[in-house]
Amino acid sequence: MDFKQILKAPDGPPSDVEQIKEDSHYLRGTLEATMQNLLSVGINDDDNRLMKFHGSYLQDDRDLRSERQKQKLEPAYGFMLRVRAPGGVVSSEQWRVLEELADNYANGALKLTTRQSFQMHGILKWNMKKTIQEINSILLNTLAACGDVNRNVMCNPNPYQSEIHSEVYEYAKTLSDYLLPQTRAYHEIWLDEEKVAGTPEVAEVEPIYGKYYLPRKFKIGIAVPPSNDIDVFSQDLGFIAIVQEGNLKGFNIVIGGGMGFTHGDKATYPQVAKVIGFCTPGKITEVAEKIITIQRDYGNRSVRKNARFKYTIDRLGLEVVKKELENRLGWCLEEARAYHFNHNGDRYGWVKGIDGNWHFTLFVQNGRVMDYPNYKLKTGLREIAKIHTGDFRLTANQNLIIANVSTEKKEQIGELIDKYGLMNSDFYTALRRSSMACVALPTCGLAMAESERYLPVLIDKIEEIIDENGLRNEEITIRMTGCPNGCARPALGEIAFMGKAPGKYNMYLGAAFDGSRLNKMYRENIGEEEILSELRVLFSRYAIEREGNERFGDFVIRAGIIKAVTDGTNFHE
Amino acid sequence: MQLQVLSNPFNQEQADLLSRLLPTLTETQKVWLSGYLAAAIQSESTATQIGSLSPKGAGGVASKDVTILYGSQTGNSQGLAKETAKRLENNGFNITVLSMSEFKPNQLKKIQNLLIVVSTHGEGDPPDNALTFFEYLHSKRAPKLNNLHFSVLALGDSSYEFFCKTGKEFDQRLEEFGGTRLYPRFDCDVDFDELATEWIQGVLSSLKAGGKESIFKAAAALQTVETEYSRKNPFQAEVLENINLNGRGSNKETRHLELSLEGSGLSFEPGDSLGVYPENEPALVELILNELKWDPETTVTVKQGDVRTLKDALLSFYEITILTKPILEKVRPLLSNNELQELLTPGNEEKVKEYIESRDLLDLIRDFGAWGETAQEFVSVLRKIPVRLYSIASSLSSNPDEVHLTIGAVRYEAHGRERNGVCSILAAERLKPGNSLPVFIQHNENFKLPKSPETPIIMVGPGTGIAPFRSFLQEREEIGAEGKSWLFFGDQHFVTDFLYQLDWQNWLKSGVLTKMDVAFSRDGDNKAYVQHRMLEHSRELFEWLEEGAYFYVCGDEKNMAHDVHNILIEIIQKEGGMSRELAEQYLASLQQKKRYQRDVY
Repeated sequence: MDFKQILKAPDGPPSDVEQIKEDSHYLRGTLEATMQNLLSVGINDDDNRLMKFHGSYLQDDRDLRSERQKQKLEPAYGFMLRVRAPGGVVSSEQWRVLEELADNYANGALKLTTRQSFQMHGILKWNMKKTIQEINSILLNTLAACGDVNRNVMCNPNPYQSEIHSEVYEYAKTLSDYLLPQTRAYHEIWLDEEKVAGTPEVAEVEPIYGKYYLPRKFKIGIAVPPSNDIDVFSQDLGFIAIVQEGNLKGFNIVIGGGMGFTHGDKATYPQVAKVIGFCTPGKITEVAEKIITIQRDYGNRSVRKNARFKYTIDRLGLEVVKKELENRLGWCLEEARAYHFNHNGDRYGWVKGIDGNWHFTLFVQNGRVMDYPNYKLKTGLREIAKIHTGDFRLTANQNLIIANVSTEKKEQIGELIDKYGLMNSDFYTALRRSSMACVALPTCGLAMAESERYLPVLIDKIEEIIDENGLRNEEITIRMTGCPNGCARPALGEIAFMGKAPGKYNMYLGAAFDGSRLNKMYRENIGEEEILSELRVLFSRYAIEREGNERFGDFVIRAGIIKAVTDGTNFHE
Repeated sequence: MQLQVLSNPFNQEQADLLSRLLPTLTETQKVWLSGYLAAAIQSESTATQIGSLSPKGAGGVASKDVTILYGSQTGNSQGLAKETAKRLENNGFNITVLSMSEFKPNQLKKIQNLLIVVSTHGEGDPPDNALTFFEYLHSKRAPKLNNLHFSVLALGDSSYEFFCKTGKEFDQRLEEFGGTRLYPRFDCDVDFDELATEWIQGVLSSLKAGGKESIFKAAAALQTVETEYSRKNPFQAEVLENINLNGRGSNKETRHLELSLEGSGLSFEPGDSLGVYPENEPALVELILNELKWDPETTVTVKQGDVRTLKDALLSFYEITILTKPILEKVRPLLSNNELQELLTPGNEEKVKEYIESRDLLDLIRDFGAWGETAQEFVSVLRKIPVRLYSIASSLSSNPDEVHLTIGAVRYEAHGRERNGVCSILAAERLKPGNSLPVFIQHNENFKLPKSPETPIIMVGPGTGIAPFRSFLQEREEIGAEGKSWLFFGDQHFVTDFLYQLDWQNWLKSGVLTKMDVAFSRDGDNKAYVQHRMLEHSRELFEWLEEGAYFYVCGDEKNMAHDVHNILIEIIQKEGGMSRELAEQYLASLQQKKRYQRDVY
């Protein structure tokens, strides 16, 4: 390994966030004092940037924004708090505490996210510390759930191959822990830990990140074929488990995926990650760390919207990055192994695992666990959590698995599922079960249009067209976001809508069902009427013209309706 | 006063202008003008203006002061506004750059050079922080802007139907109000950099060119108002704004009323009150009329020379919501009702008190029957509707020609019927912008800011008691007072009941308000009130008093003011190391020196 490359980060003055990080004394900033100002639920922008590293940021109810301004009241601020759960696994006890916290301090809903974490919304400033302390008391935390660091590590909750899953899950957990920031700021501010003696600069170091942390967020996920539910190609760094004869042989390494882009800015685009090689299981931490340090050193710290790892790779070249990685590792990656994905959705209902335990996958519309007028989802799950001795697993599609149910308990839990009507997903179309929306309005500051509140309503109308064309049982992934930042991984939906303005969306078609190909813009800035009339034409053609089991995303390309996107760099072409 | 042409330095045209102006001036206006010019000459820039008087319309832009307002959703406009500011500052201009939500629209009249950078979002909508200012410019309060020079930089996205709509509308509005464009509006697409740079350059050149010339603002002849409005002759004040200050989900409703005093000649100082003549609730009048045998259109004489229909008299002249013992006494001879006779028997004073509590005219009629041979006889027992006094919540110097009120809506249930406060429910349910309300000024010499703007002030005003302190701070902001100030406020819930929250936050930011402590009684498990916050800061509070601070209390008398008074004694006792007696003396002496003032009700 004597090959030396001279690489360099893009020129340009550092962005304001870089300065905030530098001045923050390892993520402390003035947060402690700010949180004690009781004249506003709000906090200043600089501290809010730092809050992200602590797993939270300030939002407000945008429905009330102008009304409250007229009333001379500050916006209806509340903090979003995100709880890390590597691979999305929590115990019954943890579930119950989280759900109670949502009631006591947040707006009552527990949100299962697209990255297998929990979110609560609308927490008032003076309840933040209590909430975080209680989360800490059940051995979970919120540190690094947002911010320019490695986020929650995703992992396939695969209930089919239990022993592989638990092994892969352990790797996800190890990675997640290993890559946590080392600063004690979180413990001091929220958990009343004694302040680190002396000046922070001397006393503390971030061995992996350094005081500037990463240029941008960094996402890692591990997939276990044939399921690509975690959308491994959307991750900055993905691992594909290679299983042979029931044994985990290692992982294919994929790098440089990412969803976010900016409407109208062609220098930004979604990208699918590329396979660069294979490593044995024991090497996974080392590989992840070195890749992160490459992004740390060469990522764009000047322009945040070009700072994700995908742009670093596209700028330096995939081969160059791979060589740099091998340089840093001091050894060469092995050839990538063969793998096969066949879907990126979830499988619903009861499934028996190899070890004899049962797993029940529940469709949770948009991941929002709450009680609805005719659907007591939250109460039902609370009752189950009281007797459930296994665990709860969040899927990457915002659904929930009641996992590791013993044969003895299965009947009891089944009764509760029936009692609370939790199996209602049976009555849904496959399209609805394959749907995903981000939060958007009213709490997300970036949203330009509705998403979570609107997609279910839109699907009601789409289902009529689905039924007219006899496609009720066809799984077609449909995703909606309020902006192009990609929280519901919309660029990988066979059909996707990204918000442009209230009631207006760009419509995308042609992603692959297994999550390996991006979609492309089909119509710009259209409203509901046009969406429905477009789909009416598309579905009726699909019903008639498709060949065999051809997927909708593949059909629209073969039929010449949309061009295939072969790489993120031609997403806008 | 005439101008002697031969003995003055003006040319003929100027002299003519002055000759026409001077005779129209009142004494006050002359004094003001001489002071204004004397002050103006001291500053170099304005001294040159005096040299060449030219009427407005010459198109020149004299002032070096430029205000830049931005309306920004994603931060682009904000960034460009700051960039513009930097560029102009480097060229010697004095720049104020503010988001539109931070800007006080009433300052608009004072501005000569205004630059607007604003984006359009969604389907042609203004950004959130531009909304208030945008609506102001579309309201009837938007002023004439004949002295204004402006230019607009509009940001947008041409893939939307209403490209740069907000910028266009600002541009158009400012022109309609008489503003002069100092540089044309530029409409920028998502790649705005180049065009924006060009706009900044253009604006700069135009401002520089304008600076060589100068303008003279001919003093507009002020309308002198002959009529004196008073309690006897109330002014019909137009409602400009009527807002509920409590957010959704609140148990309370507190109205913020803005009334126009334009043309009234009325003036007031912070601490004064506004008297309001309310009108009774039409629905309640209707119920009373239903119980009576007379035609609502029957006329009655309410006072000498004032004849009204019965309906109108009940609506706007007589009090119908309160019962008094004298009313009962007057009704007795007009009504042969045994129960009423019984109630009014000597020895039953407690029962009478109990009866009239929370009952009204309608109850009286329903319980004992209607009285009187004629409608005139019926109304003869009634008293005139009393005026309501509200502590004024604005300062005249900060909001000229306006008066603001803070009114808590009173609604309660008693004796099986919903009861409404007369004036508060008028404000809450019936008064709309454009309606008017008979008002007068009630001066209150016992609730005044200290003479010196350097003197520290402590203000305690929970609930609607907050009103005069908004006036205090507006005034102190306007005069640039340097004295410290400390405000205690309390109500039920932080999220919904923090009255005028944005005002206090802005004043804390700008330093007009030094310190604020709040108590929300229904947020936590333990009920916290303002007096608890005082006690928590007892040492500092006492230090302020020792430094000469004035202490003000406004609001509920029965509970709050009483508790605050006692806590204050406790604090003086504790921190001053005094006996209870000495502490009471200490407070009494503060009161004597007018350093402890209360406006309680």
